[in-house]
Amino acid sequence: MKRIIVISLLTLFAAAAVAAQEKPVVLKDAPGRATVENFCAGCHSLDYVRINAPFMNKQGWTAEVNKMIQAFGAPIEAKDVGMIIDYLSVNYGTGG
Amino acid sequence: MDRRQFLQASTGALALAPLSARTSFAADAPLTAGLPQGAYEIAGLEALAGKRPLIKLTTRPPNYETPASYFSSLITPNDAFFVRYHLANIPRVDANTWRLQVGGPGVETPLALSLADLQRNFEAVEITAVCQCSGNRRGLSEPHVPGVQWGVGAMGNAVWRGARLKDILAKAGLAKGTVEIVYNGTDGPPLTTTPDFVKSLPLWKAMDENTLIAYEMNGQPLPHFNGFPARLIVPGWTATYWMKHIVSIEASPKSFDGFWMKGAYRIPSGAFPIVQRFATQETDVNTPITETVVNSLITAPAEGRRFQIGQTIDVAGIAWDGGYGIRAVEVSVDAGINWRPATLGKDDGRFAFRPWSYRFQAAARGAAKIMARATNRIGQTQVETLIFNGAGYHNNVIRPTTIMVA
Repeated sequence: MKRIIVISLLTLFAAAAVAAQEKPVVLKDAPGRATVENFCAGCHSLDYVRINAPFMNKQGWTAEVNKMIQAFGAPIEAKDVGMIIDYLSVNYGTGG
Repeated sequence: MDRRQFLQASTGALALAPLSARTSFAADAPLTAGLPQGAYEIAGLEALAGKRPLIKLTTRPPNYETPASYFSSLITPNDAFFVRYHLANIPRVDANTWRLQVGGPGVETPLALSLADLQRNFEAVEITAVCQCSGNRRGLSEPHVPGVQWGVGAMGNAVWRGARLKDILAKAGLAKGTVEIVYNGTDGPPLTTTPDFVKSLPLWKAMDENTLIAYEMNGQPLPHFNGFPARLIVPGWTATYWMKHIVSIEASPKSFDGFWMKGAYRIPSGAFPIVQRFATQETDVNTPITETVVNSLITAPAEGRRFQIGQTIDVAGIAWDGGYGIRAVEVSVDAGINWRPATLGKDDGRFAFRPWSYRFQAAARGAAKIMARATNRIGQTQVETLIFNGAGYHNNVIRPTTIMVA
């Protein structure tokens, strides 16, 4: 058990080191940006957002955000889902 | 790896995570034509620790593709081999304390194998095989589909050396009724609510003599970012099954129901000419991806190269498939109207890149489209139009290289 805890802490440390060295991906400054950064960047760099632009429509971004919540367990509260989808589809999608 | 990281790795501590050194900007990256605009905006040549500059598509988890220029040589260098992770916690593994646990309900005698056990107590086998991401060329899907927008370089060909999985399973002893072998590596998700990347193989594929636990790649230990100290090698099948940093293997009497089997890496039933089946994972509508479809890549001449009328043009490339072997490659120099056989080169076995070449004289001025079409030994060939699927898998559309003759 002790060994498991040590390994977990080291793993966290390694992850933190990655985050510290990572060049920040600057997202467009628009309503919802902080919410997107807060919920998405915990698990992956935000180049994942930009690389999928701008071909995604609102339906596509909705499916992607729902996949992050349902399949990948992203702790996004229901009240924030709409804002995230809107931000992504307006700023990194076709808008519609 | 710098000296401090090396010392940490060699003394058993987990070393620091990768240093990412940007060496050029997106505009200089040799990206495939046809990707979504966003890919061109964020991609760039960057070197992970221990790697040459590769095409960075995403930073965390790291997804880096091999620039196409490396495919001019048949063996892809370890430090240029593509990198693909789903989950961002990627601990460095200490080879001295690493163990491969073999167990599960279908195993009679659980094992905990050290690297030395694996190297000394099992016959060492070498196989040259292509490791290709299921989503290689996803970025070329029309319409575009979400995901890492790979060009042509999410693949590589290496000489893998390791122990047969079947020999390891035989040593552990398999119980009757085992249907799948389930396995896991050390990389995992930052959140405990995210499904860990765990995969399974049907027993028949796990027992194939070519399925290995590899501890060497091109005569060297595996690079960290390609699965050090050992990874599963499933020649012919897409790289999703080639678990990196493998630490556990379990024999199971039932169909494994993890997300990465039931919810990802699936293709519509009947859409592709696939022979090898994963029956315990099939549903009415879809099936796990299995073997790679037949494909080819033109490595020369480069896109846009200029030639003089009458000049001899040497076309070269590689072809590969899901392990049946390449029977023929045909080349067209007139945008697909006429096709002529290319000359096949060195045969490193049915799982390896097969080189081919074709020589012609530039006979007409203007733009010319050169195309290659590979056919394997069971008669499967590349498609002219995309077999669309939402995940962008199995893209083996014939791709033209355009040259200019003046």
